[in-house]
Amino acid sequence: MSIATILKHPGINLDTEPREDRVKAEELLFGFWVFVMSDAVVFGVLFGTYIIMDHARAGGPGPAELYDIKSAFIETLALLSSSFTYGMASLSLKYGTSRVPLVLWLCLTLVLAAVFLGFESHDFISMFQKGGPPTRSGYLSAFFALVPLHGLHVTSASIWMIMLIVQMTVYGVDRDVKLGLLRLGILWHFLDIVWIAIFSVIYLGGLA
Amino acid sequence: MNGQAVLHFVFGRLGFHWLPFWDMLQEPTKAHIVNDSIATFAGALVLFGGALTFLLLTWYRAWGTLWSKWLTSVDHKRIGIMYIVVSFVMLARALIEAALMRGQQAFGYGGGFLSANHFGQLFSTHGTIMIFFMAMPFLTGVINFVMPQQIGARDVSFPVMNSVSLGLTTAGAALVMISLDIGKFSTGGWSGYPPYTEASFQPGVGPDYWIWAVSLSTVASMLTGINFAVTIYKRRAPGMTFFRMPLFTWTALCTSILMIFAMPPLTVATALLALDRYLGFHFFTNDLGGNMMNFANIFWLFGHPEVYILILPAFGVYSEVFSTFSGKTLYGYVSLVIATMSIAVMSFWVWLHHFFTMGQSADVNAVFGTATMLIGIPTGVKVYDWMLTMYRGRVRFTVPMIYALGFIILFVIGGVSGIILANPSVDYQVHNTLFLVAHFHNMLIPGLLFGMLAAYHFWFPKAFGFRLDERWGMAAAVCWILGFMLAFFPLYALGLLGYPRRSLGYFDPIYTPYMEVAFAGAGVILAAFTCLLIQLFVSVRRRREYAVPAGDPWDGRSLEWSLPAPPPEYNFSVLPRVTGRDAFTRQKEDGTAYRLPQKFADIEMPKNSAMGMIVCVGGFLMAFALVWHMWWLVALSALGLAGATIGRGFARDTEKIIPAHEVEREHRRWLEQVAAVRPVSRERENDSANVGLAAHPLMQAAE
Repeated sequence: MSIATILKHPGINLDTEPREDRVKAEELLFGFWVFVMSDAVVFGVLFGTYIIMDHARAGGPGPAELYDIKSAFIETLALLSSSFTYGMASLSLKYGTSRVPLVLWLCLTLVLAAVFLGFESHDFISMFQKGGPPTRSGYLSAFFALVPLHGLHVTSASIWMIMLIVQMTVYGVDRDVKLGLLRLGILWHFLDIVWIAIFSVIYLGGLA
Repeated sequence: MNGQAVLHFVFGRLGFHWLPFWDMLQEPTKAHIVNDSIATFAGALVLFGGALTFLLLTWYRAWGTLWSKWLTSVDHKRIGIMYIVVSFVMLARALIEAALMRGQQAFGYGGGFLSANHFGQLFSTHGTIMIFFMAMPFLTGVINFVMPQQIGARDVSFPVMNSVSLGLTTAGAALVMISLDIGKFSTGGWSGYPPYTEASFQPGVGPDYWIWAVSLSTVASMLTGINFAVTIYKRRAPGMTFFRMPLFTWTALCTSILMIFAMPPLTVATALLALDRYLGFHFFTNDLGGNMMNFANIFWLFGHPEVYILILPAFGVYSEVFSTFSGKTLYGYVSLVIATMSIAVMSFWVWLHHFFTMGQSADVNAVFGTATMLIGIPTGVKVYDWMLTMYRGRVRFTVPMIYALGFIILFVIGGVSGIILANPSVDYQVHNTLFLVAHFHNMLIPGLLFGMLAAYHFWFPKAFGFRLDERWGMAAAVCWILGFMLAFFPLYALGLLGYPRRSLGYFDPIYTPYMEVAFAGAGVILAAFTCLLIQLFVSVRRRREYAVPAGDPWDGRSLEWSLPAPPPEYNFSVLPRVTGRDAFTRQKEDGTAYRLPQKFADIEMPKNSAMGMIVCVGGFLMAFALVWHMWWLVALSALGLAGATIGRGFARDTEKIIPAHEVEREHRRWLEQVAAVRPVSRERENDSANVGLAAHPLMQAAE
């Protein structure tokens, strides 16, 4: 097995880095993939719980009264577009010579994340107002364990992104920033996939 | 805000009435005096132990060394040793609790001396500690210490995360310990089934202690699993292909994979229970659509793989022990690997056998019962492989071998009782009785604990440079085996006689004789633990006599024995090239062991980091504050943890270089030592002539 084939990274240009750094990148990214698999189990169990508790309404309100499909659709558009802009950021990390487009794409991603989070919090508040807080029924408990956990992930990932931008201004686009952006990319796209499942199962499935 | 409100804001639910001797002072009845005295003594023991450690460290001026060499160290060997220290401390407590419970039941005819609440706390902490704070840290410690050396690596993939995992585990252990001094622990057992652990039945702090202690440990184990798996996938030395890995490394890999996939369900289960208790959600409550069966399913989705997380590393240890002390290569290596992997995969589809009686249809039970029996097959394969490893070998009856032999016989008995329980119709008769308690102790003590104690004896000289005393070790092993049989075989009979598990006392004298034998067994087990302590003490005093600087006291077969004892921080001066299984035995046979490498290079190693300690302290404070509803402290420690994590992201200068000439000097010094000592034959393995250089068997024969 040749070293060149082991050390290739689809998402990053590490050709200029010393060999040890490339080996480290391999290890770190693989580790992060494994973490994401583990995180997927968390979401999987919560999805299972939601599906089981879907009928445990205890006489309380259900999806028809509580969900706002328009808002959920806007959230979906925002999050899917943010995956696209993050992809553009990854491309400019790989091919770009200037830092400016990279930062701009990241900022655009952050704006879209903020739109997503804003609409989502609005959804939650309106659910509370319509008489559907998590304490109302098992079904609502399951909803509020799953969907806000995804939102919490998006929030943490956004903070991570901001910190990476700050690191960029301190250290430039160094090895650690590159590796950070690569890992954050994995997380960001993973959260997108989770959202697609949430939108399909919870919102579309609930309102169907 | 008035004074009361300020106090409540600062201290949350904390109050004097949570002290262990409060009831005794308020209402000095006999029951209160007995129970509170025991609880107070236990709490005082914790404080005394802490104070003694503090004083000793100050007296020997060891704080600086402790901080720089241990607490902030990211060396996998030191982290492994610290894990094992934690697990020994917790083992001591949980053993005393076990003896107390056996005592209660021995005198349980008519009620015994403990209150139901106290007894409930005892079996809950005993189980929680033994699983999460004895077994898990022990095996994590052993894997941490051994696995990187076996695959020819210098450290694990993520050394700082390794230290963070240790910090989280220790914080959880500390939380269980502090619950002796303030507040009461859960009485809901180690599995914490709701709705009994919900706020409506246990409004106090008990289940909260359980939730946060277990959560800390779970996150730690998940991170550890990632760390070990990535290390094994990415850090193997050149030539160390998968099918050349020592079997212990294989079991470590399977355990890690199980940790990655089985820990998240437990995180979810405890988190959902916490949401129920803290925010009034309705996951597992009796009303408004709560569904406790969901907890049972999620919990055992973790719980069953957990059983194999615990047992697989022990299987790995036994494989090394049988092979080394029989002087033979492991019989049926490939079948052992396949068996290990099969067990790991199958462990995910049998969880339902933990609740056959909870209302599924007979068909579902039959499927899971059959699946459970199937797991017996790969385990059986292993037992035959181990026996055939000994067959026609020159078996040496050393301490690890005694544990291993005890294990084989007792584990098969326990396994057979498991096959009985796997039959749902039988399970209906004996479920929730002491038969079950006997069964799983029969798997976990001879299986896991003997394995870990064998590992402790086996690798101790590698870690500290001197062997453990063989005579006291033998006494301990024999006491463990006899004590286990006395303490748990009567429980099978008691279970068949219908004695329910976790019950305080009884009104039928037929149980008494069995209970008394079991109590005597608990006494023998305490003697076994005492022997281990004496052994450690004696060995440390005779460390010069038992020293094995050359590093290979048992004529070992895998790469860790090719290193000095203790190994340098970077393990390997030059990364080894592996040409086959039993890598070190090959080196010894073809004469390439103990050679001076032609060329040394600079070695890059991670610098020390305080991250582990910050997470330990922050995690403990946050969990403690959550238990006691001190919200300001929750926020503060959460901010601290987040700040530390973000700050770590800004750290750049995290590696240090150990220059080649230093590595070469160390290596030459060790080779001079090796050249100066006489190789020892296996007959003299246990006397002071054994300084860690094994004579070649052919040379032995010539002599």
